[in-house]
Amino acid sequence: MSMATTDQLPTKTTPLVEMRRMSVAFGGVHAVQNVTVDLQAGEVVGLVGGNGAGKTTLIRALSGAHPADSGEILIDGQPVTIPDPRAAKALGIETIYQTLALAENVDASANLFLGRELKTRIGSLDDAAMESATRKVIGRLNPNFKNFKTPVVSLSGGQRQSVAIGRAIHFNARILIMDEPTAALGPAETAQVRDLIIQLKSEGIGIFLISHDIHDVFNLADRISVMLHGKLVGTVNKADVTTDEVLGMIIMGKLPSEVSQRELAQLHG
Amino acid sequence: MTQVTGEVQAGIPDGPKGAFERFGGGIGSGFHAAQAGARTMEVDLRLAGMIVTLICIWLGFGFASNGLYLTPRNFYDVSVQSVPVAIMATGMVLVIVSRNIDLSVGSIMGFSGYMMAMTQAIWIPTNLGAGYGQWYIWIVALAVGIALGALIGAIHGGLIAYVGIPSFVVTLGGLLIWRGLIFKLQQGQTIAPMDDTFSVLGGGLPQGSIGQWPTWIVGALLCVGIVYLLVTSRRKRREYGFPVRPQWAQATLMIGGCATVLAAMWVYNNYALPPLLATKYAAAHGITEPAGGLIIPVGLAWPVLVLGGVTLVMMFLATRRTFGRYVFAIGGNPEAAELAGINTRRTIMMTFVLIGILCAIAGGIQTARLDAGVTSTGTNYELLVIAAAVIGGTSFAGGKGTIPGAVLGAVVMQSLKSGMVTINIDSPMQDVAIGSVLILAVGIDAFLSRRAK
Repeated sequence: MSMATTDQLPTKTTPLVEMRRMSVAFGGVHAVQNVTVDLQAGEVVGLVGGNGAGKTTLIRALSGAHPADSGEILIDGQPVTIPDPRAAKALGIETIYQTLALAENVDASANLFLGRELKTRIGSLDDAAMESATRKVIGRLNPNFKNFKTPVVSLSGGQRQSVAIGRAIHFNARILIMDEPTAALGPAETAQVRDLIIQLKSEGIGIFLISHDIHDVFNLADRISVMLHGKLVGTVNKADVTTDEVLGMIIMGKLPSEVSQRELAQLHG
Repeated sequence: MTQVTGEVQAGIPDGPKGAFERFGGGIGSGFHAAQAGARTMEVDLRLAGMIVTLICIWLGFGFASNGLYLTPRNFYDVSVQSVPVAIMATGMVLVIVSRNIDLSVGSIMGFSGYMMAMTQAIWIPTNLGAGYGQWYIWIVALAVGIALGALIGAIHGGLIAYVGIPSFVVTLGGLLIWRGLIFKLQQGQTIAPMDDTFSVLGGGLPQGSIGQWPTWIVGALLCVGIVYLLVTSRRKRREYGFPVRPQWAQATLMIGGCATVLAAMWVYNNYALPPLLATKYAAAHGITEPAGGLIIPVGLAWPVLVLGGVTLVMMFLATRRTFGRYVFAIGGNPEAAELAGINTRRTIMMTFVLIGILCAIAGGIQTARLDAGVTSTGTNYELLVIAAAVIGGTSFAGGKGTIPGAVLGAVVMQSLKSGMVTINIDSPMQDVAIGSVLILAVGIDAFLSRRAK
């Protein structure tokens, strides 16, 4: 009976995003194998794992950068296909790539609106309108940002990051994918990104946060999904685990219930 | 507007300096001063440098030739001779900016030019039996050539963008294929005569120019355009509360731009028809020739007018439309462009369609200038076109280049060539000089961008 009620009233228990049994192979290498993760609105799910665990590959299937070979993606409980980045953006999925994916030779507003340019009545680029919007959104992220007319290549790492983040949040994303958003940043800028994540979360945006930094993830995530060798080790509530237990999952691929205190102690060498 | 000059603000490096370093530092600090000035004016420093270089070339040859070089007649000829390379170079900029190359431009130019000649000299008059001199012949001939250019570009672009064959390979093949087909079409014959109206495109006198008053009107329209663009863009930036360039810079650009345009028109109108042609003209128009001879100002050449139109359209496409923005974004970071949801394949294909059309226009102009369809039209032009784009600041690393730069590049090369002819430097040495200028231009670019970092 409770099931029937849930079906009739798909309220907050329907995840914003569900990726079911996702698999991606490159040649004979199974980069992602049968992985299932989900994300609620207003939730941060940390996606962690060592190098080559398949985090980025999994998330590229959601952002349309590289479609999965098999598996199913549901947004608000509805199955969707995401063949390319444009389809992902149309579904409200925005991605901040680890590489930032900026065209280095053009300025901030050209990057922010790349592929979604504002146009005048005759269909030409409305650079003034785009620059104005760019000044607003980046000004919110980074008040010191001044170089709106210079190519992105001459900006600092933090400024470039601001452009990439600005691009992801300007278009009213519902689902945000952040792949190592603080990897290239100094401490002050990292703190800014943390504040931003907390704010976006409070606005009801669902965030997949990929990070090497286990402390970052512990500070920000509500749940943590751990991957190892392309497979999902498990998903845990942050409140239920310690950092050591998550490290155990990352390194040994064992759930907290499967691991002994001795093994955890060995993690610290 | 997309700024792709790659300028970087930075100081002059400290530390001990050797003789070469001091020399370089001198250039560097002068460069930095110029850079600061250019930033205030919001003009492209490289373009300004090219204009200065061009003026130096003209003055230099002017002195060396005792003024022979600095005549309206020579400027008319240099400008007309620059046109085919300049037109194709505007398209080559976009091709190279998006990290491709087109080696087939000379062959496409030759092929479509030859087809235009066949259309007007054989197919319409003989095969269709319409005879010569029909009013529509020039339009149909141009349309056939341009459609073929677009089609060839689409085939090349499709193979490059959708099949994934490198552009170097596809267009190297195209270079051979289209040149080969020219010879197969009519057993390599020279096709003549050209339609009278079509010949106007070539800029040959007396019919190839627009005359005195139309020249002034074109000049006036250009001035109105310059003022309008400067005023509206400033007003728009004001509305949004963005910083605008200072009044003096705005005024300098406006006056400088208009003065340049009017000076060019003045030069064109100071070229009078040579006496023999003037006599013919007088006879044709029923004018009695006065004792001192008729002074009939030639005015702007039709092909130069076409080049002007092409340049404006290409600048518009490159800087004001999403197409141009995507071309530059692809050149800057192909993966980023893809991830931004840009249809990169279609964009690449369109750059080749565009250059195909431009090759056809250039082929039409060259055919009209020679007043015949010949098999050799456009031979080796791919090298000149690539050189013009590169001298104009287009970088093979991709993502960097400007349309006016490429046009100026073509004019610089033609000015050098004509100048060397004027002072009796032989053809092999002309090639040596132009080759050196190409390397020098790119070398200066590399040097200055290193100093800027």
